[in-house]
Amino acid sequence: MINPMEFLLWTKGPMFDVAVAVLALGLMVRLVEIFMLGRAHNYAEARGGQLGPGLKTVVTRFVPDPGTFQRSTFDVIVGTLWHVGFIAVLLLFIPHVELIKQTFGVAWPALPNPVSDAITAVTLAGLIAGLVHRLTQPVKRFLSTPQDYLIWVVTFLPVLTGYLAYHRLIGPYPLILGAHILSVELLMIVLPFTKLTHIFTAFIARWYNGATFGRKGVQS
Amino acid sequence: MSEFTLERGLQALREEMDAPVAAFFSSCVHCGLCAQACPFFVETGDPKYTPIHKLEPLRILWENEYTLFGRIKGLIGLGERVTDAMLEQWEPLLYDSCSMCGRCSLVCPVGNDIQYMIRKTREGMVASGHSPEGLIAASVRAINTGSPMGLQWKTLEVQIRHVETATGLKVPLDQSGADYLVLLSSMEIINFPEYLEAITKIFDHAGVSWTLSQDCFEATNAGVQIGSKDVAATLVQRVVDAAVKLGVKNVISPECGHAYTAIRWEGPNAIQRSYPFKVFHIIEVLDQLRAEGRLKTGGKEMDRLSMHDPCNLARKSGVIDEQRRLMDLVAGNFVDLKEHGKFQWCCGAGGGVSSNERAEELKMAAFKRKKAQIEEVEPERMVTMCATCRTQLEEGLEEFNMDIPVVGLTEMIADHLVPKTDAR
Repeated sequence: MINPMEFLLWTKGPMFDVAVAVLALGLMVRLVEIFMLGRAHNYAEARGGQLGPGLKTVVTRFVPDPGTFQRSTFDVIVGTLWHVGFIAVLLLFIPHVELIKQTFGVAWPALPNPVSDAITAVTLAGLIAGLVHRLTQPVKRFLSTPQDYLIWVVTFLPVLTGYLAYHRLIGPYPLILGAHILSVELLMIVLPFTKLTHIFTAFIARWYNGATFGRKGVQS
Repeated sequence: MSEFTLERGLQALREEMDAPVAAFFSSCVHCGLCAQACPFFVETGDPKYTPIHKLEPLRILWENEYTLFGRIKGLIGLGERVTDAMLEQWEPLLYDSCSMCGRCSLVCPVGNDIQYMIRKTREGMVASGHSPEGLIAASVRAINTGSPMGLQWKTLEVQIRHVETATGLKVPLDQSGADYLVLLSSMEIINFPEYLEAITKIFDHAGVSWTLSQDCFEATNAGVQIGSKDVAATLVQRVVDAAVKLGVKNVISPECGHAYTAIRWEGPNAIQRSYPFKVFHIIEVLDQLRAEGRLKTGGKEMDRLSMHDPCNLARKSGVIDEQRRLMDLVAGNFVDLKEHGKFQWCCGAGGGVSSNERAEELKMAAFKRKKAQIEEVEPERMVTMCATCRTQLEEGLEEFNMDIPVVGLTEMIADHLVPKTDAR
């Protein structure tokens, strides 16, 4: 039986290297798989450009059209809330900023701890609400596969363990911090093999969408 | 058409696989928002009509053959397979409950162009022998007779004579070197003969040089609807041949949204060549004439009018402001539907649904979304610019006992032309 400190060091050392390697290699394979397929030449005379409208769609799809907002208010609010919360805490929580500074040598201002804490609580609540919605709303339940629940778990765990570690709700501290790091590594390892790839590919998908419509003179 | 087999179907799907498809499937997180964009789901509430679900056959093939993880799963005997039984089950989802209106493509948060993939998946459905009888029959008729409804030139000839008698004008036939070759749709010729009369008057009024071609009058393309590139190419080639033979600079698609996307966007790709002419929807041509001051109109319709944007014209082709500028010319009391232009709702009968008798019930269900939109603004009449939409609107409004006539924008413009002597 290894002690908590050894566990923490293992998650920060060898396991972290494994996770980074799997993420980087896996993601590269996925991107190559996509771009290798290419696109057929389009012989129809264009009415508009592709690049600009494509980039615009990449940005505008963060916000739904009014009709969709009205018809799917819960999805939009809850989905946006926990996505923003997750990313905000990932990039702006003080220890995370420190870690990024140590690893990449770049730093930016962090959020005060109480703010990060509150955002984390909201994110946790949002993720749970999202899960309940997935289990109960007819369309979501119908569409959902085991993978949808798997990616929910691997997304939820880092937030949960982070919250538990920050509040010292599970001890000893090296154990829960190690668990937090391990859960992030799990997310990184699962990412390239699941629809978590949308974190990266959604931008490609949006660009193609915007470009296809843009070529026909419609800003999608 | 040779034998249809599962393998041919899968091969057709493989030929359709491209980077956008891979990016789209990699990104779908099953949020289900596309369902709320689809009139077939919204009005039935049945989750199987969720747009992205209609693409399961294509998605499974993509995962199995175009992703490393899918291939590994396949090697160890895991993962689903696309079977004939599956395709049979999906046929009504891909045809009866989808008008390829593209609204889902505009709403998907990760940016999936779902309509683009439905069009592609239909190629596999045709090649595997899983397409609706009504659409197969329309395709066979289009190939054999030139019209999906089996309409022959002599029927059109009778109509031309009627138009000439009614207007005292000549309908030009096979005029080499004319500026515009005018195409029609069979649905229009049968249901809305007033269209031909309207453009005859308008073009005479504006001094436009135009012609019909006896070799090819049909603008619609059953191959695009059913999902057969071969049929589509054969039909498009007829238009190209007719246009080249007469040496026209422009081809005009009639008041039919489908015909416009078929010729304007899909046609050149079906024949793998650019055209030596330009393609316009009649509404674009009328708006150009308006801008050049060649449409002199007088008086306005003063009843409350609203407008239905055909999906193919607005969302899928960017013709949105043109019809509104034209409405301004002739309508004094126009009100747009709440969600219009690129976010308009489909009437329910495009994408081959109208030629698919089996889809009758779903077609009327989907119309209820349009009905609700119309009820919101309470117009006295609806205006549109697509014969299929117009037929569907008329049938739907009739079904629900709503006394709201539907008119074509082109004929409304024709009704307001001032006599040429006064126009100077």
